[in-house]
Amino acid sequence: MRNTRRLSLPVHWIMLAPALVILVGFMIYPAINAVYLSFTSTNLLNLKAQTFIGLDNFARMVADPVFYAALVNSLWWTFGAVFFQLVFGMIGALLLNQRIKLRGLIRGLVLLPWATPSVLIALMWMWILDPNLGIANRLFEAIGLGAQPWLSDTTTALPTLIFIDVWFGIPFFAVMILAALQSVPYELVEAARIDGANAWNTFWRVVLPLILPAVMITTTLRLIWTANFFDLILILTNGGPANASLTVPLDAYQTAYRGMNFGLGAALAVAQAAVLAILVVFYMRQIRKSDIA
Amino acid sequence: MIAATDARARAGTSSWLSGIRPIYFLIAAWLVGVLGPYVWMFITSITPPGELATITIFPEHPTLDAFPSLLTKTPFFQYLLNSIEVAIGTVVLTVACALLAGTALSRYRFRGRSAVLAGVLFMQLFPSILLIVPLYVELKTIGLIDNKIGLILVDSAFAMAFSTWLIKGFVDQIPREIEEAAYVDGCSRWQAFRHVILPLSRPGITAAATYAFIYSWNEFLFALTFTFSNDTRTMPVGLSLFVGENLIRWEFLTAGGVLAAIPILIGFMYAQKGLIAGLSSGAVKG
Repeated sequence: MRNTRRLSLPVHWIMLAPALVILVGFMIYPAINAVYLSFTSTNLLNLKAQTFIGLDNFARMVADPVFYAALVNSLWWTFGAVFFQLVFGMIGALLLNQRIKLRGLIRGLVLLPWATPSVLIALMWMWILDPNLGIANRLFEAIGLGAQPWLSDTTTALPTLIFIDVWFGIPFFAVMILAALQSVPYELVEAARIDGANAWNTFWRVVLPLILPAVMITTTLRLIWTANFFDLILILTNGGPANASLTVPLDAYQTAYRGMNFGLGAALAVAQAAVLAILVVFYMRQIRKSDIA
Repeated sequence: MIAATDARARAGTSSWLSGIRPIYFLIAAWLVGVLGPYVWMFITSITPPGELATITIFPEHPTLDAFPSLLTKTPFFQYLLNSIEVAIGTVVLTVACALLAGTALSRYRFRGRSAVLAGVLFMQLFPSILLIVPLYVELKTIGLIDNKIGLILVDSAFAMAFSTWLIKGFVDQIPREIEEAAYVDGCSRWQAFRHVILPLSRPGITAAATYAFIYSWNEFLFALTFTFSNDTRTMPVGLSLFVGENLIRWEFLTAGGVLAAIPILIGFMYAQKGLIAGLSSGAVKG
């Protein structure tokens, strides 16, 4: 009797089980574990010696000036990169939304960076920006602007990284906004034209309000993603020179794996996640409003 | 080019440049900006090391020497093989799980469904930095550190959420009537899944598989942190190791970059449509 009951576990849960097992095992469980680790002193080389130390890691974090420097860099990195990605992505989407030939091919080509390994992006730009052999400085010298230090100077390192990330992220924005633009009914745009609105007014008054939900969702998503993304920084500057390009997640990574301080590293990561939770809540609300789930 | 000749024919002017709509200049500039770095990487890879300091646009003596030396004198070939293994493992595991989960979420209404949907959406936003520290401990405990299976499991977990959403979106579009007709014809649930859902959601499966492949092929941080022998290191880690060397061998780096970009180019161009549709419908939540 019992067996037949147990066998009647609803089929949808059986179908969901494999995905849920992997998600719970390698995302939920480690996320909970991260919170636990942040209250402990944990050394990677001697895991058995783990001790519970309460809020000590967080106290150390807020007393460290490097943390604040990283926080400021993180804000510049995230908002700076996403702002330019949004502006240029919007322009790109408007371009691709015109009646042009080979649109499919062009859309595919400009989206290429999205599919390119971050390591490869880093290396391409490292080579272009190489102080001695790089093409960028040779071009700058040829047109009389002189060689730039790019990634090796405290004032230019972070802006250069932001530039590379903008280059990397424009295509994603452009394609997402293009999809939203294509759902705008043509009759509305036409009606605005007939009523005498010029292209600029049509965009601001008719098109933008219609695509705004999609733009908001994309931007929020990208903010979260960019705040967490540090592959480029890790490879290109490793946070330097003199912490000029150190962001909070990179600080967490270095603390855990260079400094071998897993507890403090986890505390930094938990702080990062807690701040981002605001954006996540905002994002989930946007999604709910746009009735996808 | 087509645009140019076409516009000239229409405008009938003697200067073909003036016949092109200005928008094409903007798009051309954009394409140059996007593709330029790739082209420069390729040109560098066929430039002999001695010419690196002096090349302007194209090397005087282009050579493919860097490619065989890269594959024979460095462990890069092994890294590529490892990357392929991990990527295939991730694709199979992710797509199998996501197909079942996506179909269940699309076709069944049950208690907890919206919680699962919201949870899957939420997990896409997990910072990898939050998980990378505890995952090391976890993988070490279960003996999967410096192990390709460990990497496949972690990559799959991260590709799972989006793939599930993607496939759910595609299954949503399959009319229920077709399935019901299959039931009327005496199909079991499994047969309906196999003969109706599976073939009809093929574009979604292709898109999810491409996504999982690109994710795993590109993934750097986990591979860097969880592997440390040449038998498990993947291509992105291998590329980054070239940078650590005192004297950067640019011809090796760029040749490796070209080899790394090829599968992405092919896969992406092949599945572009489905991926873009998924990104923007299944949805903006990618």
